[in-house]
Amino acid sequence: MSDIKTQETYNDTVVRQFAIMTVVWGIVGMAVGVLCAAQLYWPALNFDIPWLTYSRIRPLHTNAVIFAFGGCALIGTSFHVAQRTCHVRLYSDRLAAFVFWGWQVVILAAAVSLPLGMTQGKEYAELEWPIDLLITVVWVAYAVVFFGTLAVRRVRHIYVANWFYGAFIVTIAVLHIFNNLAIPVSFTKSYVIYSGVVDAMMQWWYGHNAVGFFLTAGFLGMMYYFVPKQAQRPIYSYRLSVVHFWALISVYMWAGPHHLHYTSLPDWVQSIGMAFSILLLAPSWGGMINGIMTLSGAWHKLRTDPILKFMITSLSFYGMSTFEGPMMSIKTVNALSHYTDWGIAHVHSGALGWVAMMTIGSMYYLIPRLYNRAEMYSVRLIDVHFWTSTIGVVLYIASMWSAGVMQGLMWRAFNADGTLTYSFVEGVKATYPFYLVRFAGGTLFLVGMLIMAYNVWMTVRDEKPAPVRVMPAAAGV
Amino acid sequence: MMTPGLSVIIAIVSILNVVGCGWLIWWTARRRPDEVSQGEVIDHVWDGDLRERNNPMPRWWLILFFASIGFCLLYFALYPALGTFGNLLHWSKASQYEAEMTAARREYAPVYAAFAGRSVEDLSKDPRALALGHSLFANNCVQCHGSDARGARGFPNLTDQDWLYGGTPDRIVETITNGREGVMPALGEVLGPQGVTEVVAYVRSLSGAQAAPALIEAGRARFVLCAACHGADAKGNQAIGAPNLSDDIWLYGGSEATVRQTVTYGRHGQMPSHRWLGEDRIRLLAAYVYSLSHGGGTPAVAGTP
Repeated sequence: MSDIKTQETYNDTVVRQFAIMTVVWGIVGMAVGVLCAAQLYWPALNFDIPWLTYSRIRPLHTNAVIFAFGGCALIGTSFHVAQRTCHVRLYSDRLAAFVFWGWQVVILAAAVSLPLGMTQGKEYAELEWPIDLLITVVWVAYAVVFFGTLAVRRVRHIYVANWFYGAFIVTIAVLHIFNNLAIPVSFTKSYVIYSGVVDAMMQWWYGHNAVGFFLTAGFLGMMYYFVPKQAQRPIYSYRLSVVHFWALISVYMWAGPHHLHYTSLPDWVQSIGMAFSILLLAPSWGGMINGIMTLSGAWHKLRTDPILKFMITSLSFYGMSTFEGPMMSIKTVNALSHYTDWGIAHVHSGALGWVAMMTIGSMYYLIPRLYNRAEMYSVRLIDVHFWTSTIGVVLYIASMWSAGVMQGLMWRAFNADGTLTYSFVEGVKATYPFYLVRFAGGTLFLVGMLIMAYNVWMTVRDEKPAPVRVMPAAAGV
Repeated sequence: MMTPGLSVIIAIVSILNVVGCGWLIWWTARRRPDEVSQGEVIDHVWDGDLRERNNPMPRWWLILFFASIGFCLLYFALYPALGTFGNLLHWSKASQYEAEMTAARREYAPVYAAFAGRSVEDLSKDPRALALGHSLFANNCVQCHGSDARGARGFPNLTDQDWLYGGTPDRIVETITNGREGVMPALGEVLGPQGVTEVVAYVRSLSGAQAAPALIEAGRARFVLCAACHGADAKGNQAIGAPNLSDDIWLYGGSEATVRQTVTYGRHGQMPSHRWLGEDRIRLLAAYVYSLSHGGGTPAVAGTP
């Protein structure tokens, strides 16, 4: 290996940085989530401190888990996957480093400004305009690095994982820019240019596609690389991946209005959102089928390989929540489920079950390889992590499902004289036991992440990673 | 807003996307002459060992996909989705609401008709009427006045004898029907800091609070300004909802700091109109509220003569 200096190597430095921060921000974001859950059961836990109040730390939780934990996982793995499947080093090391440090600054700015109460008041787009501008710059740099790497690739075909990462990068840029168009009135306050129902429409066009492209397409990209790698099996069906990719990205764009059923949004917009949400079921399931069927012929590995357990469980939750979503978008179902904790159950079956478990599985595959090790420090601890988080998710979503359906039924219960049977606060009171179970489930999931952090630390400490030579294009004919 | 041109664009784009999914399946499913046989591994390799199989799309999945495409097209025809086109069922959320409300009105009308035409005082002695009034109160009033009707800061207690706008049955009906808006102007600028301190001392002294006699006397002189609404004797004026300041009952609080806030910055209280409840329900509601301060309390009195 004396000629290592003259040979092209992969840029694993930036991937290592993102991988470690994925674990760190996962713990931070989920810890804040657990605090939110605890406050719903013990309201005194805000200690009458303004920046610890639920209204401020709830957006901190969502931003931290989606954009810090999920974002680091997506950017990091996309850099890894693009290099490995294009057989070329990242297009620009300096821009890649800028993406990493820029993204960390965005996260820190969010962690400071949200507790201080600075917000645009748009869900998942709370950050104020200076941070929005920084996100835009970092995101453009990210796109240049990613697509630049694809442009200089040494294999003719672009691997399927990269399609999904690419769609995620392009769409998030468009969503972010248009939803956040605002007029600043000071350094820390701005007003979005949309008003009334147009603002609501823009917000949920953004909000639902953030789910569709950040939390679905991006993580499908992750799935398409790490599942076949860990299973050591070929992708089940090339045809299926083509159809479900194009169908998914075209249909998702329409689904946003199902967040605004029975509001002042015009009827036809609501209906179109609902119809396309139903149409979304099959394309969504295409990814699940391709992932799960990739394991066919290797089912026995599930007995011994906890990383595969994470991945297969993740795909199962993906299938469940992408079935549940279209169901909930049906107006009649939505009339019961909307504004209740059923929505919370739904997003967490997606966020914990699908997104977090796929990320965790992929990180357990990736991290030892980034540090010149064959596997994690302890495979047994991965198994412990798997069961801890699985039980955690089940407690979480089962309690919130029950709470949500109960709330929906209580809110629409009538007396014989036509008055409502329950006042709102009675619904809140009845939800308390479920809040406690949810808190327990969330805590278990957080404990799992702490186990992971220990395992990762024991894996990477004292390791001196050596540069990895780029695989010759011939090996990838 | 909804021009025909816009509807045409919406219809074309939506249908194209739905039908396009069908075309995408058909186009991708076609077999190419140069492809490997079904189930075999395609000869592209990435990163050493990443490959893809040439498996067909599962039949049950294709059926699901085509069924949802069919559902979309059918839904577009039956419901409002393509701008102003389609909607053969003439559905709208407004018409759905009206239909449900009409059904509810028909179903519940007899319940309320049984009490039509009776006076509020009469109703307030009828346990069945009070039970209905209690339900209505739980639906419409507890958000501000509390489930025990004892009010909250800024929202009056309805169980005592102190009335901002009067506690006769007619006045209660009037309050519920039209709502109320109580405004006290900000007097901080007019009185100045010292003036505010004096007025606060005087006003609180009327309810027995201690303060330096000189302050109270100075405040009494300045109270002329307040007397316009609250009366020279500070007993208030129910015609305009000016509270009685001499009974140690406070709408916003009687501490030194709170009264200072009230005098300096004024207050603006609002109760919305409930005319939409209709006359019968309003009278039942008024009867329940009236009963709270007239020995009735809650429908628990049912059964007493």
